This record gives sequence, C-alpha cells and structure tokens, in this order.
Amino acid sequence: MALSSLSLYSQAIILFAALVLFTSFVMLAQTRMVPLIFTFAWQGLLMAVATVLVAIVSGHKHLYISAALTIVLKVGLIPWLLYRLSVRLDMNYETEAIKHPSLLLLGGAGLVIFSYFIALPIVHLSGLATRNTIAVSIAVELLGMLMMSVRGTAMAQVIGFMSMENGLFFAAVVSTYGMPLIVELGVAFDVMVASILFGVFFFHLRDSFDSLDVGHLNLLSEANEPAPLAETPAASTQGEHA
Amino acid sequence: MNSQSIAWTLAAAQTLLFILAAPLLAGWVKRVKCHLQNRAAPAVWQPYRDLAKLIKKNLVLAENASWLFRAVPYIVFGATLLAAAAVPLIAVHLPTSAIADVIVLVGFFALARFFTALAALDIGTAFGGMGASREMTVAALAEPAMLMAVFTLAMTAHSTNLSVATETVLQAGLVLRPSFLFALLALLMVAVAECGRIPVDNPATHLELTMLHEAMILEYNGRHLALIEWAAQIKLMIYAVLIIDFFFPWGIASEFSASALSVGVLAVTAKLMLLAMLLVVWETVLAKMRLFRVPQFLGFAFLLALLGMLTNVVLETGG
Repeated sequence: MALSSLSLYSQAIILFAALVLFTSFVMLAQTRMVPLIFTFAWQGLLMAVATVLVAIVSGHKHLYISAALTIVLKVGLIPWLLYRLSVRLDMNYETEAIKHPSLLLLGGAGLVIFSYFIALPIVHLSGLATRNTIAVSIAVELLGMLMMSVRGTAMAQVIGFMSMENGLFFAAVVSTYGMPLIVELGVAFDVMVASILFGVFFFHLRDSFDSLDVGHLNLLSEANEPAPLAETPAASTQGEHA
Repeated sequence: MNSQSIAWTLAAAQTLLFILAAPLLAGWVKRVKCHLQNRAAPAVWQPYRDLAKLIKKNLVLAENASWLFRAVPYIVFGATLLAAAAVPLIAVHLPTSAIADVIVLVGFFALARFFTALAALDIGTAFGGMGASREMTVAALAEPAMLMAVFTLAMTAHSTNLSVATETVLQAGLVLRPSFLFALLALLMVAVAECGRIPVDNPATHLELTMLHEAMILEYNGRHLALIEWAAQIKLMIYAVLIIDFFFPWGIASEFSASALSVGVLAVTAKLMLLAMLLVVWETVLAKMRLFRVPQFLGFAFLLALLGMLTNVVLETGG
C-alpha cells in the first residue's frame, strides 16, 4: 500500500511516528542532562499528537483521554519532576561520556531493522492504516532498552525506562487503538509512582557515591575504599526497589 | 527548427544561465549577511567584479609547479560545469539531464575535490598538505551521508535521474513523507559541509588554523583562482538547486513554452533567494565548530539519512 493513497491524517500519523523514532535516537546520543529531559518531553508531546490523530481517524473517543493523560504525565509532570531533581542534585550541567557514540547510533539503526523484521508478520495480518507504525513502536521500546543497558548515569537509565513505556503505549495505540482505559490509567499511575521512587533512588545514590553513575553499584565497596561502606546497604536496597 | 534542436538550445541556455547566475547568488548571500550583521554591504555584482579583476591579473606560478598544478583549475571548472548541466534549473526533461544521474553528480564533485587536493600537495607548502588532508577527511564523511540521502529519494522516485525524480515529486502533490523530511535535513547539513560554509568551514577567512578549502587554494592566483572561485560559487548553487528540485520543485517548467519557462525562472529565483536567506541566518546564528567536532556533525547527518532510508522502507512501502 503506497503512502500517497492514504488520507492526509493517516500520513500525518506516520510522519509523527517517524518523529517519535527520531527523538528516541536523539535521546540515545544526548549526553547533557537537561536537554535529555526536554527531548523526553518532546517525545511525549509528539506521541500525544499522534494519538489525537489516531483518535480522529478511528473515531475512538477514549483515545482523547489517553492523549490528555500523556500530555499531563509525560510532557508535564515527569519531566518537571526529573528537571527539579537534576537541579536539586546539581546535576543539570553534567555531561556523560559515551564511549562510542557512532557505534551506539548504528546499533540503534540495527534495532530498527530488527523490529521491522519482527513486526512484518503482524503487518501482514492487520488491516489498520497505522499498521506500519507497529515496527516503529517496537523500535522505540528496544531503543529505550539499549539506552538503559549502555548509558551509565541513573538519569539516562530512568529516561530510557520511561521511553520504553512510551514505546509500549504507542504500540497499543497504533495496533489496537489503545489499551482498555482502566489498564492505561493503572500504567500511568505506575509510571508516576516509579518516577517518585527513582527520585529517592537518585538521592541515595548521590549520598553514597557522590555521583549518579550506576556503575558504582556493581563494585564491592571493600575492594576500593572503606569510606562509603556504612551507607552502601541502604543504597543497594533502594536500587532493588527501583 | 525541430523540437530536438529547441531542447538542446534550451539545455545550453539553462547551463549558461546556471553558470552566469552563480556569482549573483554568492553576491546575494554576502549582501544579506552584511545587512544581518549590521555591516556596510557590497553590491550584489561584487563577485563579478572580483572575477573580472582576477582574470585580468598576471599569473604568478611557483617555481616547482608541475603541469598538474596548471591543469587543475580547468579540470575543476570543467567537472563543475558538467555537474551544473545535469541539474534541472528551470525545466525538467532537457536532454542534458541524461548526462548524469545523482550518483555521477556526486562523482563529479569527488573528481574536482581529488584534483584540488593533488594540486594543493603539488607545491609542497605546509598549508596545502594540511588543507588537503582536512578537506579529504570532511569529504570522506560527507559523501556517504549525501549518497544515503539521495538513495532515500531515489527509492521513492524509482530512479536516480534528477529530472525523473523531480517530476515524480511534482506529480505526487502534497504527500507527507517522513523520509523526505529526514533526507532534507541530512542534505542541508551535507551541503553546508561540502560548500565550506559555517559551521564546518568559513569561506571568508584566511586564518591558518581554521581554513579548510581556502588552505588548499592558497597558492593560486590570477585566472586560475578566478576559475576555482567561480567553480565554488557554482557548486553552492548546484546544492541549492538540488535541494529545491528534490523537495520544493513546484513551478519548474515541464514543457518548453515561453510562459512555463518564465514561470520556472521566476520560481527558481524566488526559491534560491529564500534558501540563501536561510543559509545566512544559519551562518549568523552558529559559530564555527572545531575541526574535531565535524565528524560528529556529519555523523548526525548520516544518521538522519539512514533514518530517512529506514522510515522509507518501514513506514512508506510496507504492507
């Protein structure tokens, strides 16, 4: 099915899906904290616009509520919480060194190809106009996972986690026109609680190691220096919670 | 006169117009830039005066300059001329557009760059070698991004021929293609790098540490320098027209009537003026990057082109 045979609204959905994918790549390569948070907010906004467009095309009214929820939580509340945290922890001008940025981005492109391959059977079965974007939503999820496994700072990992959730939400919207509203509300509430828990986790990490680099959690503290020994158990239990 | 000879006459006229208008575009860019930076602006005709002055001057050659050094300005100008002939400026389906598709166009630029680098090494000064090495570094990164962006467009048009691609976009009307958006951004970034504009290179500077392109042609003067500078102006115009042809071709003449052609001239003039203003704003807002950040800049351009290609496959053709 050629793109030009779709209606302008459906074309716009596909355009916004591509932009959501693009923001995922930007987040993967963004080393500074505050722009990273803003990029995450942009991803939420683009997704909310795409959801509204899907609602217009499909006529499902409850998608408007999902879009409003996305705007309130993922464009407003969570970025604001994270921003306030980074200011309070004095992390807002920090940068993180990524070892091989080009390799990371090429790996991301590989994940997009992989998710296209995964989504191909679904695309053949589905009859929706938005079926091509399923691959994009899987890719957003996998890119979030890649971000969580490659990036070192807690902030980047939390944003990777949230962007995985974005991918899930987007997959639900484009493949089945949204999850049941009660599930969506539950997930939104979970994400909000998670972001508050992450805040506590940040503070403990900061107190124990004077840095947000989660690599410190992998080290046995006896092996290095005895100073943070007293607080290490508290930090690791918080890590398990989060 | 039969239609075949009319088409060839038109093609020759278009190429001539392309070459003659290129210094005007450069003058317009300089003038708008001066206005934007609160400086007294030279006339738009200044590049013509500069070229005329350079052509009249006596040639001074270094003692150890070989035949290659003397031949290179003509090779560069010739390659750029051929490239200009292949790009549709005011009308599509001219016979010269069959000379070269986009890949050959990239090849013409590579040829010109290769010989410029050789000539820079020929005299044996330190600047020439440094400039050549920098230019080749930038080119090696810009070329894959450019080709990837071009392939994205070619996949939609099912052809790498410029005329056919332009006509496909023209006939499709308004289609929101994410791949075109990404390819446009990638092509803009590559064009900035290839034409030696800020933030990759500064065409107005002769400060040794920041030069890229200028370092290579430091030994040239007289009519040789005139040819090389003219070729650089044509190259800027080729990139601008390429971007217009691929993404905003509306107004270009698809038949050879007087009214369609005049609309084509007006449309392309207006679009070039706007694009030049965009370039000026971009150059005024940004500062020149360190050389070691250029690979990141071009890596981002490559990623955009790659995303364009992927979205084309994943989103626009599937099912």
